[in-house]
Amino acid sequence: MGVADHQAPGKSTGRAGASQSRAQVSHQLRGWLQHHRLSAAQSLLKVLERPAASMLTWLVIGIALALPVGFSVALDNVDRLGAGWDSPAQMSIFLTKDVDAQRAAAMTASLQQHDQIDSVNFVSREAALSEFAALSGFADVIESLQENPLPDVMLVTPRRDLASEAVAALRDELAALEDVDEVVVDMAWLQRLQSLLELSRRAVLMIGAMLVLGVILILGNTIRLAIEGRRDEIVVVKLVGGSNAFVRRPFLYTGLWYGVGGGLCAGLLVAAALWFVDEPVASLAALYKSNFSVVGPGVMGVLNLVILGGLLGLAGAWLAVTRHLSKIEPR
Amino acid sequence: MISFERVSKRYEEGHDALREVSFTIEKDELVFLTGHSGAGKSTLLRLIMLMDRPTRGQVTVDETGLHSVSRRGIPHHRRKIGVVFQNHQLLYDRSVFDNVALPLIIAGYDHREVGRRVRAALDKVGLLARERAMPVTLSGGEQQRVGIARAVVGKPKILLADEPTGNLDPDLSAEIMRLFEDFRQVGVTVLIASHDLVLISRLHHRIMTLQEGRLIAGGGA
Repeated sequence: MGVADHQAPGKSTGRAGASQSRAQVSHQLRGWLQHHRLSAAQSLLKVLERPAASMLTWLVIGIALALPVGFSVALDNVDRLGAGWDSPAQMSIFLTKDVDAQRAAAMTASLQQHDQIDSVNFVSREAALSEFAALSGFADVIESLQENPLPDVMLVTPRRDLASEAVAALRDELAALEDVDEVVVDMAWLQRLQSLLELSRRAVLMIGAMLVLGVILILGNTIRLAIEGRRDEIVVVKLVGGSNAFVRRPFLYTGLWYGVGGGLCAGLLVAAALWFVDEPVASLAALYKSNFSVVGPGVMGVLNLVILGGLLGLAGAWLAVTRHLSKIEPR
Repeated sequence: MISFERVSKRYEEGHDALREVSFTIEKDELVFLTGHSGAGKSTLLRLIMLMDRPTRGQVTVDETGLHSVSRRGIPHHRRKIGVVFQNHQLLYDRSVFDNVALPLIIAGYDHREVGRRVRAALDKVGLLARERAMPVTLSGGEQQRVGIARAVVGKPKILLADEPTGNLDPDLSAEIMRLFEDFRQVGVTVLIASHDLVLISRLHHRIMTLQEGRLIAGGGA
């Protein structure tokens, strides 16, 4: 029904009519596809015709998208850095001062059998003192001490696959042991970092949502101007029977091209920013004897950006077109 | 093919553009619509095009009551009608060929078919050699013929023309009118609004006359 049969009214009866109208439907479909191709190509040409103005739009969208994406890439990298420190959550077990070497050795042996513990490294108070003396440069002062102020310490590395709750439980278990003065887990700062990261992630999401809304509005406005600029053409097209979908099509493609270009710009901006900080990060990492390096969004990330940009472009164009196109009617 | 049944149109500001207008135009007929400016000629054409809706009465085009055509159905309805405008309404940023091709592209024709039909239409109005030209480089008469080619390229059942010879000299006007007569010969219903009484009275077709929104002559079929 519909488009196909107005051209042969009263003729679509019987089998011949049916096959004829089927042929017309396929013919209409081909025409429809051709118009899509034509609209896409002509909109792209129109966008490229004014490179300066289009570049400006692309950059605005690119910057608006690059900001949240850049932040989120930075957060991912900090996260990765945290993850590197996460697994060997080392515990320091400080023993009470009245423990002698024999009991400490026995305890070390028994802890090594513990099924949640990977390794135990016993540092005697004498060893700790001499290491401290050597490293601190206070050897003279330390020699003058009458008594070694340091306790025996066991450095315990839990198994890597332990969850943080299990690590906490292990700490409580070890703290309850006889001869143990205190157990310190170096994880509090890591948890703080994690919550800080989570907070930053939410903030980036919020900023991102606002900027995405901004992009849609910017594109909507750009398309509105394009619609105004082609008002006469729209009137003529409507006069000779162009449907709203037909009139809408080139503008939707224009929005798509602006969005795709903006997404590409955002990808380039993020890549440029990463390239810019890559060297200082590498030398900083080298100073910490780490082989950490910054990881960018990658090809898939940039592709996602382009797709996101395209979708935003379509959304903005749709917004403008539904608001303004129906108001333009032949007078 | 076109019939008006006691059609009135009152604009919002209270001006009565048409009052109780009734007439019928048969298939293959060529009818002139005349009257002073402001007599309602344009309003009548606008109602047929569904650029406006009547306040009262019934307009029927090609056996379809226009009151039953929804907003969404308007583009489809307009594709049945070819229209020639006094001010041509051409798109000046594209070639003659692309202007004439517009209705076919809207109707979704295959591009080979578009090329064939556009050249046939341009040939008919004698502008085949100018298909690549831009409309601004053409004279007024030539631009009007581009408008006519665009109106007929989709082989419409109905051809409407609003003052098609408005700005043309008598020779060119007569030539344009001969084109319209040719289309009538091949079965198109033609309705031409014109105040050029001298020209149209020579042509021996039905003349409908509007005066202050009333049809005072030529209404009977």
